[in-house]
Amino acid sequence: MIPTSYSIRNIINYKITSTLTILGIGLVVFVFCASMMLTNGLAETLVASGSDGNVTVIRQASQTEVQSIINYEQARIISAFPEIARDDNGLPMFTNEIHVLITLKKLESGDEGNVVVRGVTDKSMPLRPMIRIIEGRMWENAGSEIIVGRSLAERFENCKIGERIRFGARDWTVVGIFDAEGSGNESEIWCDVEQAGDAFRRPVYSSLTFRMADSSQFEAVKAKIEDDRRLPLEVLWEKDYYARQSEAFSTFIGIVGIALSISFGLGAVVGAMITMYAAVANRTKEIGTLRALGFRRLNILLSFMFEALVISLSGGVIGIAGAFFLRFVRVSTTNWGTFSEVAFNFEISAGIVAAAIIFALLMGILGGFLPAVRASRMKIVESFRAV
Amino acid sequence: MKVLKLVTRNAFRRKLRTFLTILGLALAVMAFGLIRTFINAWYAGARAAAPDRLITRHAVSIIFELPLAYREQLLKIDGVEDVTHASWFGGYYVDPKNFFANFAMDHANWFDIYPEFIVPPDQLEDFNKERNAAIIGQGLADRFGWKLGDKIPLIGTIYPGDWDFVVRGIYTGRDESTDETLFLFRFDYLDERMKVESPDRAGQTGWYALKISDPNRSAQISRAVDSRFDNSWAETRTETEKEFQMSFIQMSSAIILGLRIMSYLIIGVILLVLANTMAMTARERVSENAFMRTLGFEGYHLTGLILGESLFIAFLGGLVGIGLLTLVAGVASEALSQFFPGFQPDRMTYLYSFGAAVIVGVLAAVFPVSRALRIKIVDGLRVVD
Repeated sequence: MIPTSYSIRNIINYKITSTLTILGIGLVVFVFCASMMLTNGLAETLVASGSDGNVTVIRQASQTEVQSIINYEQARIISAFPEIARDDNGLPMFTNEIHVLITLKKLESGDEGNVVVRGVTDKSMPLRPMIRIIEGRMWENAGSEIIVGRSLAERFENCKIGERIRFGARDWTVVGIFDAEGSGNESEIWCDVEQAGDAFRRPVYSSLTFRMADSSQFEAVKAKIEDDRRLPLEVLWEKDYYARQSEAFSTFIGIVGIALSISFGLGAVVGAMITMYAAVANRTKEIGTLRALGFRRLNILLSFMFEALVISLSGGVIGIAGAFFLRFVRVSTTNWGTFSEVAFNFEISAGIVAAAIIFALLMGILGGFLPAVRASRMKIVESFRAV
Repeated sequence: MKVLKLVTRNAFRRKLRTFLTILGLALAVMAFGLIRTFINAWYAGARAAAPDRLITRHAVSIIFELPLAYREQLLKIDGVEDVTHASWFGGYYVDPKNFFANFAMDHANWFDIYPEFIVPPDQLEDFNKERNAAIIGQGLADRFGWKLGDKIPLIGTIYPGDWDFVVRGIYTGRDESTDETLFLFRFDYLDERMKVESPDRAGQTGWYALKISDPNRSAQISRAVDSRFDNSWAETRTETEKEFQMSFIQMSSAIILGLRIMSYLIIGVILLVLANTMAMTARERVSENAFMRTLGFEGYHLTGLILGESLFIAFLGGLVGIGLLTLVAGVASEALSQFFPGFQPDRMTYLYSFGAAVIVGVLAAVFPVSRALRIKIVDGLRVVD
């Protein structure tokens, strides 16, 4: 084996070239991480909106709450299910909600976004324990007061406490701001379900949510609802329901991200190749010397491959480090699955770091292999003759 | 002339390296162009918008519907020539992943107000005769292999149930930017069924399209429409078709911004590749440059030589890159036309892509030039590689 310090010293010796190559690979890894962190961030934000043990019911084939319709009779039948958990007062942990979209203007750009208005009951908050009011209060006059999710209040016009929003032919005053531990609910407006039904003239609900008394009964409850001809409804774990809403967006970003990473990656591979070919050419005599000292072709090949991998790995580390700072960037965009605005952060995960390192090493292998082969195939005599 | 020869000779002194550099540049220039083309395609709907059409929708949000009775009142407003309407249906074919736009429209005059959708007259006649008839875009027909007379079942998301349609027409776009991926069917088919299944949802439509007599008066007519319905339960919001389209595009403005940032980052990748090559060249030619200066060549000669070489390589990379762009965009536009229209690089995209390469050519020369100028002749001659 040729000592690894030989490769590393060479990288250090050719400072500028090494730096430029490392930066190139770093940039590519950064882009790669960014696209994966974006989809991961959205998925985590949405999934966090669901709580363990909660079940969501929407109309069959409706895909999302906005399109779902559940009539009062259907809601009543399900609310009486014995499998639903009870609270301390013996009341079922069950809520029927209305879910509509309204258009609001963003503070920063003035662009419009579709915002969820959720009509809720007094069980809606206990069912979602991560939600708590951090500023102001709960509504007292259900007919004209609303509370607003924190990230919505930060981004949209007229969402501060005391301000008014007009929808359903009346003005609503914001009386409270709620926090939902960064989940998708933070991008919603909440009001009383009866009042929402009145204001939007919707004599129906959009979704039902309840807590299972015993999670193992889920399949039985699902079968019970889906077999009942009066209930043409779809039953899902709340977490699965939210996970599904990020699919369309994630697929799109995933495809674009991979396409970008590959095209950026090709550029970086070419850059690495240039560097490694130059390293081989500059060290023709050294290679001859190493061979003359008794190192085998395979040793030379491995040594140059190692050098390429160290370069690409350094790039990978820089790229990941840069991407790490993206965690502080907040993105607000329309989630195509729900057609509504949602705010989320770029979110890194161990899986993304691992994938990024593999991607970086792959670029090193692709960029380093041909130059390493050239180095290993040099003839000793000829290499000494080189000028 | 001699200088030019020296520049090209220098550039090809290390053939493999120069070849790789050009390849790297070309790939990145192509990627830059593709990202820009992709962003432009996103705006295709807004580009296709006609100036003489206004869209009236519910003021609260697009998910709320307007009464059908508004049509008569809209027609009375000064400057409105004709009114048609449509409802987003949001159905899917077999699997929700098979997304395409499908909506119910007023078959009586939809195609008069949207003349960019070209339907053969006999097909239009068939369409008008049958209640569950549909007219689909050529791109959509290609995507699923649908032909005239095919029965297409859609599963309703907003309007529950299974809905069966028969393809009675296939339209083509008049313009490059016309969307050929739509699935259009008759509004009366939707409304009649709603009357039976959920009467409170009947008699409502998603949005109105207004043909106006004078595009210059669009703002004034919009205001007239909206004030007509002020303080009614369903207040309206009227805007030009372009603004209407833009409001959908802006919903994804964060994604578009992200793509734009990517397109600048890829210029960074090109810069790094070329700068690397030029830095290597500078390193190898230290003594040679010193030697030239002893012969009496001045700093500006060296600057010209190095900058010339950098620009020459960038130029070739840019040329190959936009060649690749044309090639790839051609293939992609063919493949993507079934999903979205307008994936075609425009003149500005070519210009920017090539311009990016040239700028990179200048920037990459900065370091080698400064190094060549700074080094003392004596030191330069002393360097042993």
